[in-house]
Amino acid sequence: MSVIATPARQSTGGISARTVNRIVIYSLLALFALFYLMPLFVMLVTSFKTMDEIQNGNMLALPRAPTFEPWLKAWGETCVGLTCAGIKGYFWNSIKMVVPAVLISTLLGALNGYVLTKWRFRGHTLVFGLMLFACFIPFQSVLLPMATILGSLGRFGVTLRNATGFSFGLGNPTVNLVFVHVVYGLGFTTLFFRNYYEAFPTELVRAAQVDGASFFQIFRRIMLPNSMPIFVVTVIYQFTNIWNDFLFASAYAGTGDAMPMTVALNNVVNTSTGVVEYNVNMAAAMIAALPTLLVYVVAGRYFVRGLMAGAVKG
Amino acid sequence: MTTVTTQIKLTPEHGARPGVSMRSRLQDALPKIVLAPSFAITIVFVYGFILWTVYLSFTNSKTFPSYALTGPRAYQRLWRWTFESDPPSSWYTSIINMGIFGFLYIFICLALGLFLAILLDQKIRGEGVLRPIYLYPMALSFIVTGVAWKWFLDPGLGLEQTLHQWGWTSFHFDWIKNKDFVIYTVVIAGVWQASGFIMAMFLAGLRGIDGEIMKAAQIDGATTFQLYRRIVIPLLRPVFLSAFIVLAHLAIKSYDLVVALTSGGPGGSAWLPSNFMYEYTFKRNEMAVGSASAVIMLMTITAIIVPYLYSELREKPR
Repeated sequence: MSVIATPARQSTGGISARTVNRIVIYSLLALFALFYLMPLFVMLVTSFKTMDEIQNGNMLALPRAPTFEPWLKAWGETCVGLTCAGIKGYFWNSIKMVVPAVLISTLLGALNGYVLTKWRFRGHTLVFGLMLFACFIPFQSVLLPMATILGSLGRFGVTLRNATGFSFGLGNPTVNLVFVHVVYGLGFTTLFFRNYYEAFPTELVRAAQVDGASFFQIFRRIMLPNSMPIFVVTVIYQFTNIWNDFLFASAYAGTGDAMPMTVALNNVVNTSTGVVEYNVNMAAAMIAALPTLLVYVVAGRYFVRGLMAGAVKG
Repeated sequence: MTTVTTQIKLTPEHGARPGVSMRSRLQDALPKIVLAPSFAITIVFVYGFILWTVYLSFTNSKTFPSYALTGPRAYQRLWRWTFESDPPSSWYTSIINMGIFGFLYIFICLALGLFLAILLDQKIRGEGVLRPIYLYPMALSFIVTGVAWKWFLDPGLGLEQTLHQWGWTSFHFDWIKNKDFVIYTVVIAGVWQASGFIMAMFLAGLRGIDGEIMKAAQIDGATTFQLYRRIVIPLLRPVFLSAFIVLAHLAIKSYDLVVALTSGGPGGSAWLPSNFMYEYTFKRNEMAVGSASAVIMLMTITAIIVPYLYSELREKPR
C-alpha cells in the first residue's frame, strides 16, 4: 500500500527528492505526536510542581524540585464540595461501581450473543436490531424516567429497611449506577459477542447437541473456553466507558459520598473557594486518568479492537 | 416473550405425558428464556423510557413530572427560541453551537485521521510508537480531557503565557474566555481526543486495500496524488461511513466535555443541546422543555443511525 515510499516515477529526481519526502513525512508525524502528547505532558509536569513554580515558571518546563505533595494532597486532603478528605473515597466508589457493572454486562452480553447466533429463532434480527439501536440513543432521552424510577425504588428501599432492617441495595447510588450501566451497556456487549460468535463454527455446537449436551453445557464447555479474546475486548471497552462516564454519574450520584471519580474530579477542579491549587487539580486528573491509561498501555491492542468493533457494527 | 412464558406455564397441564417432554420443552425454550431478561430490559428501559420522555414533553412538567397532557407547548417554545437570535436564547446558542461543533469536529477528525493514516502508511519506522501516541486520548474521559485543555488554553497559565515568556508577547489567545469563540476550544479538545481513533480506522482500511490495484495504477502512470484521490479514497468509502457514524453520534452526545472544559462557557455560550437538556431539566425546573429537547436530539440521531443499521443488518444474507 505504501506509495510515496516507492515512487516509480520520482526516482528520476535522485535520492534527494526521496530524502526530502521522507524528512517532510517524519517531521509532520513528529509534530502531531507533540500535539497529542502536549496536554498529558503539561498535566503530568504540573502535578509535580509547587504552586510557586507554577505561577512564576513556564508551563512546559520540567519541575525544578519535583514534589509528590500535590498527589498526596489530591488523594487524601483536597476538598470535593464541602468535604475535604481527598479523592480516594471517590476513586473506590468508581471501582465499586465499575467492577460489578462490567462483569454483569459482559456475562449477559456473552449469553445474548450465544443465543443470537447459535440458537436462532424467528425475529432474531429484529431483537438484535432493537438492542443495537439502544447503543446509539442519546442518554438524555432516558435520563429523566430513570431518575424517577430510581427515586421511587429509593423510597421503596427506605420502607423496606424500616420493615425488615435491610434495604436490599435499593436507593444506594452505587447500586443504582451499576444497574444503569448494565442496562445501557447491554447493547454493546451483545454486539461484541454476537459478531464474535457469528464466526464460530456452528457445527461444533450442533455436534455437541447431538451428543446430548445441554444449552448451558455447550456454553460453558465449548463457547467460553474459546471466547478469551472477545472477553478481554469487551471488559476493556466496558471498563473504559463506565469509568469515564459523567452524565449518569452526575445525574444519579452527583452529590454526596457516593459520587464516582469523574464527578468528584469535576468538583475539585471547579471549586472556586480559596486559592486554586492547579498542581493538586492536575494530580487529581492524573489519578482519574490512570486506570484507563494503564489498561490502554497494558492491552492497547484489545482496546483498539473494542473501539473498532463498536464502530464497525452488525 | 409472552409466548415463552405461556409455554412454560402450560407445560404442567400436559403433565400426563412423561417428564421427558416437559424437559425437552424447557430445553427448547431455554435460549429464549436466557435472552428474555435482556430484551425485556431493553424494551422497558430504552424504548419505554423514550416514550415516557416523549409523553413528558407534552405535559406541563416543571420541577416534578406532571402527567396531565397540555399539548405541544414545549415544542412551540423551542420553535420560537430557535429564531430568537438577538439576544440569543439558550436553545438558539445550543443548536448553533451544535452545528459549528458537529461540522468542524467531524470534518477535522476525518481529514486529520485520513491524513495521519496515509502518512503512517508510508513504511514508517517507529509506527509502533507513533500509533499509540496518536490514539491514547481516546482512553481518557471527556472530564480529564477537559481539565487538561482548560489548563493548556488558559490565557494566564497555558499556551499564551508560555509564548509570552518565550518572547512572543503580542500572542493573544483567549478563546476559552470569549463567548464568541469558546465553542472552538471545545472543537480543539474534541478533535484531540477522537482524531487518533479515526486515524486507526483509516489505517485499518488502508491496510485492507489490495496492493495489486495500486501497482496496476502506478504502471499506468498515475501520480501519487492521483492514486490517492482516484483510487484509494474511493475505496475507503465504507470507512468514511463508519467513521462518520461514530463521530456524529459522539458529537450529539458530547456533554461532559463542555462541562469540564468551559463549565458551559461565559453565560452558557458553549452549550450544546445535551447541556441545554440537562440544565433545563435538572437546574431550571423546566422538565417539559428539557424532555422536548431530548426528543429532538433523539430524532436527529435516529435519522442518522437507523438507515445505517438497517443496511448493515440487511446486507448480509444468512
